[in-house]
Amino acid sequence: MPNTPHGRLLRWSATAVSVALGATALTACGSSDGGDSETASGPASLTYWTWTPGMDKVVDLWNAGPGKKQQIKVTVKKQASGDTLVTKILTAHKAGKAPDLVQAEYQALPTLVSNDALADISGEVDGIKGKFADGVWQQTTLGSDAVYAVPQDSGPMMFYYREDLFKQYGLEVPATWDEFAETARALKRKAPDKALTTFSANDSGLFAGLAQQAGAKWWTTEGEKWKVGIDDASTQKVADFWGGLVEEGAIDNQPMYTPAWNKALNTGKQIAWVSAVWAPGTLTTAAPDTKEKWAMAPLPQWNKGEQSTGSWGGSSTAVTTDSEHQAAAAKFAAWLNTDPKALAALAKEGGIYPAATTAQTSDAFAQPPAFFANQPDFYTRAAEIAETTAPSAWGPNVNVAYTSFKDAFAKAAKDKSDFGAALTTMQNSTVDDLEKQGFEVAE
Amino acid sequence: MSSLAVRKTVPAAGTTPGTAQGPPLRRRIALIPTLTLVVGALYCLLPVAWVAIAATKSGTELFSTFTFLPGTGFADNVAELSAYRDGVYWTWMGNSALYAGLGALLSTAVSAISGYALAIYRFRGRETVFGVLMAGVLMPPVILAVPQYLLLAKADLTDSYASVLLPLILSPYGIYLARIYAAAAVPSDVVEAGRMDGAGELRIFTRIALPMMVPGLVTVFLFQFVAVWNNFMLPYIMLSDDEKFPITLGLYTLLEQGANTPALYTLVITGALLAVLPLIALFLVIQRFWSLDLLSGAVKSSP
Repeated sequence: MPNTPHGRLLRWSATAVSVALGATALTACGSSDGGDSETASGPASLTYWTWTPGMDKVVDLWNAGPGKKQQIKVTVKKQASGDTLVTKILTAHKAGKAPDLVQAEYQALPTLVSNDALADISGEVDGIKGKFADGVWQQTTLGSDAVYAVPQDSGPMMFYYREDLFKQYGLEVPATWDEFAETARALKRKAPDKALTTFSANDSGLFAGLAQQAGAKWWTTEGEKWKVGIDDASTQKVADFWGGLVEEGAIDNQPMYTPAWNKALNTGKQIAWVSAVWAPGTLTTAAPDTKEKWAMAPLPQWNKGEQSTGSWGGSSTAVTTDSEHQAAAAKFAAWLNTDPKALAALAKEGGIYPAATTAQTSDAFAQPPAFFANQPDFYTRAAEIAETTAPSAWGPNVNVAYTSFKDAFAKAAKDKSDFGAALTTMQNSTVDDLEKQGFEVAE
Repeated sequence: MSSLAVRKTVPAAGTTPGTAQGPPLRRRIALIPTLTLVVGALYCLLPVAWVAIAATKSGTELFSTFTFLPGTGFADNVAELSAYRDGVYWTWMGNSALYAGLGALLSTAVSAISGYALAIYRFRGRETVFGVLMAGVLMPPVILAVPQYLLLAKADLTDSYASVLLPLILSPYGIYLARIYAAAAVPSDVVEAGRMDGAGELRIFTRIALPMMVPGLVTVFLFQFVAVWNNFMLPYIMLSDDEKFPITLGLYTLLEQGANTPALYTLVITGALLAVLPLIALFLVIQRFWSLDLLSGAVKSSP
């Protein structure tokens, strides 16, 4: 553990969190005293929990190549992604049986670290920092000198729109959020049965990304205390913007990822989507009839001339404190996410958008996704956008904030009522939960 | 008497007093339960119908065609599902069959012998044991999954077939059912008669009591089988190797592939449909055991 105030804070509160998280468990003991169990690499057999499709094939490359040379063998155990996996890792950690390596979404890292489940691998992954965008790398350090994970994939946010329908209705691609609102209103005037897009209260990650772009920092530390800024000015701005659009009926208020939403995209009832770099994959299954009719542009900005985006999704490879071969595991994590061969295989087999900046412009991304064959420079532009990812700040109870978002905003979106009040609810329940977990929270 | 009869006819007699009050009243009463049952049946069967129809749709048809319009891709879906990661789906299916089949069998055996013992023998602490079991019935298995994991981790048994099977063997609800059933189905006279004829306790249990308990045990077996087949939390916590996953976990991994990978809806839906078939088959096969009634005449013919 690092000796920064942040690190001490995390360690201090580890027991409290693990008791709260494992309220059903019988053991009262919180964290194991891992961290010092460093062993030299050498013959090692590692297990790796991951949900990336085709990861076994990527790991085969390691086992046949660098892994064989260093006698480090990795075995993939495929898992389902999501918050439940975090709980599963923490449960396994409580029994001292967490796998050597885990895949973890960026927003899950503080939870895992405050439970002392992740090892500080800063010693082993020295020198790969430069391969990632600052905003991405910073998420794996939690603002300390430690490094708790190596970024694997990222989800820089972008604006997707139906090129043909924009032309048909004489709409311009919005460069700012004001223009975005104007575009939504213009479309409503020309085609009242259509909508530019929808505000989905089901996708907390999307809202978090939008707030991140606006400069929000939801969790920060102040001395020994956590500070929750979910209802800060930036997020208020984002909430009011979308709440206003929903209220005046300029955009739809139905959730995403439903059959109805798929249909709306497929039939052109909704003609744009604020999403991330992985959108082509989703569109392929959600709206199969719209192949090559979409185009991608940077996310609208709050001020003209700015260049900033948020991220939606993305994950990292972390080494657990339960691992008896932390150095070996860290070596693998570094190889997996920086070696050109590994990254090419990850892109091909797993369909991920790598966090490593050099990989974003590698051969694997020379061609646009098949669904976007009409936009040959798709990945060139994506890489440019990825570089502008704003820093994000996650805390130890992102899951609580996300659940509260879904509840409060779903109601607000449905009733077309004040989004600001929903944001306050989200802020309060997040603070309450932190306090209940035994963290000190700054006002 | 008369006032009762009058009151009874009042609702129907409202318009035409004295003529044909009986039949309309009876029909109205029959209509409401029938309607309720039809609505209930639709409520239960519509989602099943949705799954069955959606399983026939190809990926492009799934969300774009009318919901209840059958698609054209069923064979392709099954082929694709079987081919997914070298047929891992059928490994999951086999695992589920193992967990549910063996687990339900073992748990039925334990339930039978414990239920019988609790019902027939009088011993110190019997009611305490039964009370503890009743408390166990009230405890949702979900709550127990994490402690069970931590216990099995101490024994180094996690991530093994045994880790899923062992916690299933002792089923408080199964023992409770078996006890109730044994108390009703196995008369103490019969047990007494067996003893008089010189049979040992084990022989009385296996040869006399067990056959009488079969319909009840079939119920226990079915309950356990379905519970294990649908179980999610316990294997989710226990297993990390997806070669050992049951079908519920397997389908979940297909659904939750991470934010950047779309869920494999067609595979999940087809997989879910195929996963219910064994349950339906089991119910159809085992149903006839319920009508077996070994009780009638048992007492009279034995003494």
